[in-house]
Amino acid sequence: MRILRTTRIYCLSLVLIASASAQVTSARLVNSAKEPQNWLTYSGDYAGHRYSALDQINKDNVRSMVAKWVYQTGATGKFETTPLAVDGILYATGPDDRVFALDAHTGRPIWLYQRQLPSDIRPCCGHVNRGVAILGDKVFFGSLDAHVMALDAKTGGVIWDVAAVDYKLGYSFTLAPLVVKNLVILGVSGGEYGIRGFIDAYDADTGQRKWRFYTIPGPGEPGHETWEGDSWKIGGAPAWITGTYDPATNQLFWPTGNPSPSNRGAGRAGDNLYSNTLLALDADTGKLNWYFQFTRHDEHDWDATQVPVMIDDGDRRLIAQANRNGFFYVVDRSSHKLLFANPYGKITWSNNKDADGRPISNKESEPTLNGSQVCPGAAGTTNWMSPTFDSQTGLFYVNAREQCDIFSTAPQPYEAGHAYYGSAYFPSDEAEPYWGALRAIDPATGQIKWEFRHPSPSWSGVLSTAGGLVFTGDSEGNFITLDAASGKALWHFQTGAAVYAAPMAFALDGKEYVAIAAGSSLYAFGLP
Amino acid sequence: MRALAIVVLLAAPVLAQDHNPYADNAKMAKLGEFQFRINCAFCHGLGARGGGRGPDLTRAYKRHGNSDADLFNTINNGVPGTAMPTNGTTGQGVGMTNEEIWQVITYLRSVQVKAPAKPLGDAAHGRALFYGDANCSGCHMVQGKGGRLGPNLTVVGGIRTPDYIVDSVRNPSRRLAQGLLEATKEFPQEYETVTVVTADGKEIKGVVMNEDSFSVQLMDAGEHIYLLEKHGLRSFAKTRTSMMPAYDTSLLSDKDLQDIVAYLISVGAK
Repeated sequence: MRILRTTRIYCLSLVLIASASAQVTSARLVNSAKEPQNWLTYSGDYAGHRYSALDQINKDNVRSMVAKWVYQTGATGKFETTPLAVDGILYATGPDDRVFALDAHTGRPIWLYQRQLPSDIRPCCGHVNRGVAILGDKVFFGSLDAHVMALDAKTGGVIWDVAAVDYKLGYSFTLAPLVVKNLVILGVSGGEYGIRGFIDAYDADTGQRKWRFYTIPGPGEPGHETWEGDSWKIGGAPAWITGTYDPATNQLFWPTGNPSPSNRGAGRAGDNLYSNTLLALDADTGKLNWYFQFTRHDEHDWDATQVPVMIDDGDRRLIAQANRNGFFYVVDRSSHKLLFANPYGKITWSNNKDADGRPISNKESEPTLNGSQVCPGAAGTTNWMSPTFDSQTGLFYVNAREQCDIFSTAPQPYEAGHAYYGSAYFPSDEAEPYWGALRAIDPATGQIKWEFRHPSPSWSGVLSTAGGLVFTGDSEGNFITLDAASGKALWHFQTGAAVYAAPMAFALDGKEYVAIAAGSSLYAFGLP
Repeated sequence: MRALAIVVLLAAPVLAQDHNPYADNAKMAKLGEFQFRINCAFCHGLGARGGGRGPDLTRAYKRHGNSDADLFNTINNGVPGTAMPTNGTTGQGVGMTNEEIWQVITYLRSVQVKAPAKPLGDAAHGRALFYGDANCSGCHMVQGKGGRLGPNLTVVGGIRTPDYIVDSVRNPSRRLAQGLLEATKEFPQEYETVTVVTADGKEIKGVVMNEDSFSVQLMDAGEHIYLLEKHGLRSFAKTRTSMMPAYDTSLLSDKDLQDIVAYLISVGAK
């Protein structure tokens, strides 16, 4: 199989038509590749490539790259945002639900919106947010108290504010919404609280909810039978990472997370659809077209909340996902068939595959009272950090974690709004220490072409650019540029804090910039 | 005034009580064991016998107090300046109720090891060995006195089981000690051994103080600190074989080792 390679190199001079007054239309979102100076959606395009056609910063000159400015949010906690870049302005979010707009030339703030969060919100894993979406004169944002909001892109003022669901039951929003046509689409977080997950679409003008897809089928719906008794009501299956969109078929590809309780399968016998599943939804109606479940009846917290990357290979329309369970899956999005699933890290939970090529769980990988060691560990071979697909090299790059954990059961009754794990995991002090590597995977075969080893696992996303470069961060605080073809480190900068975000690129006045959030600061880099 | 009194009365049941309402209740201890696994075992280990970074909790001695009220306060409010978080602020657990905290305390009481009637060893002799024939102090500091190459052992007698300390002396490479907890890292740096050859051909062997992909900070046996950029090195080799020699019984008898452990406990669990 050959992966289509885009050989067209964009010249900065041709694309720099920035106009500070132009509004983002849905047509611009569909055609985002035509304006690489901007970064209009979470992953940079609807396909989830996190690839920039900018090539001014390249293999030959990246060693001279310098910091251009730093914006300090003043917020503590994990800083997970991917900024949007729109005609000279950056829009981003910080911990504790702050949203801000910056002058992309200087990093100077234009406005700041700070959500007044209740004291009893239920974020499982920090007061985090990963970014905004934009359409027209509005910026869209989902909050930790489960509201969906439209802010005025010029001032940060609230235009509409809708409560999606009661946050006290454990629901929250942490992801960047996705705008498709006139809809603002986002999935809910809360797989640690016994929620019933959903994906919502709101009218961008009014905030009226246009559809909701429950990720756990109700009585009478197909898939409901994959849950034991009433377990479906508190079965989790959140949808906390931004999906991708195929304009040709008007389908959303949205992945879901773990069934609840996350590490204990007793009481929810069955496959637990649609947990840990790639959903293909009609974007206009939210109706399910088809699905592919990665981990059935999960007991290891292996959310499938990794960006599903659309890759076109000749006539074949594919979707690739480096899954938290340690397998790299390629699914044909026309036939809905799995092409292959290959490990891209150490796995011990599966020795066999079913007739369709899907990895099957070993009996001995089940959590036990006294604990059983399983690889990957609870954080997975990767987690939510964005991968990138580089159409020039034809390679898929992802930060992989090498980590095994002991999984132990701990029966726990469900209480509304209270943490609901049903089990625990912890590191084995006899096991090899955790480490990580950025891996370049050939999506045609699943084979690893090269790796760049990190001393400890990285939580950073990855960006590829037409300059032949891959950008990533690490937990030691470095922001790093690698040769996309060889994995050789070409440049690095010590930001002073672990990187929990994904890089993005934009251009202004003929100059390319790359931005990354780290610690409490947003950094922009460029050539001198 | 009346309104204030009502507020105080309403608030009372929510506050921590001084005494565990579930004391010696085996069923509550079992529920507490499950809560412990979910919320505490990540750091304190399965069975509460200490993990990579959390102290052993099976001992009667606890650094921050062992009364019911002390334990409740430590669990609910955390320990400032340490990795012990306030209840509900860790990604592992998302807030235990008061009842669940008492269940955990009931569980901890059920696994608490009774202190031996007699001290395990001779702490005074252990101190003499530590600073003398056994030469522990060549690399380890206790209360400001001793070497710097290995971990400071001032508090180790209060946070690790005697078995753990014995195993660390007999088999130092089995589990490398963990040191400084960096705010930017999930896990603290370990005392790994590194051997480098510099551009001018000098070989340096030492303990990693810190490392990233591009640089390493290390200390050699002479306590010299080297700050090195990896690209300038001829070679860089790191192992998990500790620089500490394995003290077998020919180097240190079981009795002498017990005396050293008794010394460390006398200091660390004071």
